[in-house]
Amino acid sequence: MIAAAVYAVMQKDLLYAVLATGVISVVLSVFFYLLQAPDVAITEAAIGIALTTIIFIITIRNTSRDEDEYRDNHVEKF
Amino acid sequence: MNEFQEIFIKYKDLITLAVYGSAIMLIVIGLYAALVKKHLVKIVIGLSIMEAGVNLLFVAVGYIQNGTAPIFSPGNENSAAKMVDPVPQALVLTAIVIGFAVTALALSLVIRLYKHHHTANIDQIKSLKW
Repeated sequence: MIAAAVYAVMQKDLLYAVLATGVISVVLSVFFYLLQAPDVAITEAAIGIALTTIIFIITIRNTSRDEDEYRDNHVEKF
Repeated sequence: MNEFQEIFIKYKDLITLAVYGSAIMLIVIGLYAALVKKHLVKIVIGLSIMEAGVNLLFVAVGYIQNGTAPIFSPGNENSAAKMVDPVPQALVLTAIVIGFAVTALALSLVIRLYKHHHTANIDQIKSLKW
């Protein structure tokens, strides 16, 4: 989980970073199950894996995928 | 399930340390991403990781050794003494849903900023500076 978190922070391609946050949610729901919280585990699995990943992917489709993308050609418009 | 619980009871000190350490590490990594990164989506990812760490820390605080899930089932109605604390679990259950709403709001603001400024880099959005 820590490796997935470091990968999510350090990855320049934002799509892979978002998928790494989904991996964090998978391991986190297993931890919730081991800590005797099955309802929290089910909710974390549903929301953290599916819904959060979907809204992040919608955002990346509407914005840029590359983290280091400097859109200098659009600055002159303003 | 029984294998999981046997492993969990056998190495309970180590696993407790691992859970607390993971929670603290997630909070630190998310704070780093939210403070240092320049891309707006990366900042929201950092907030999401930090929220996950806080949720794990709350559930770990409410856990007691060899406890059972706080669910009354037919046959063991008198097992309330061995249950883990259900209050942090209810709190975290609410916090997960609220965190999803906060993430959705932040990402909608990111989309609006990108449509207006044609960049998601906070160094190039001049109206964020003062």
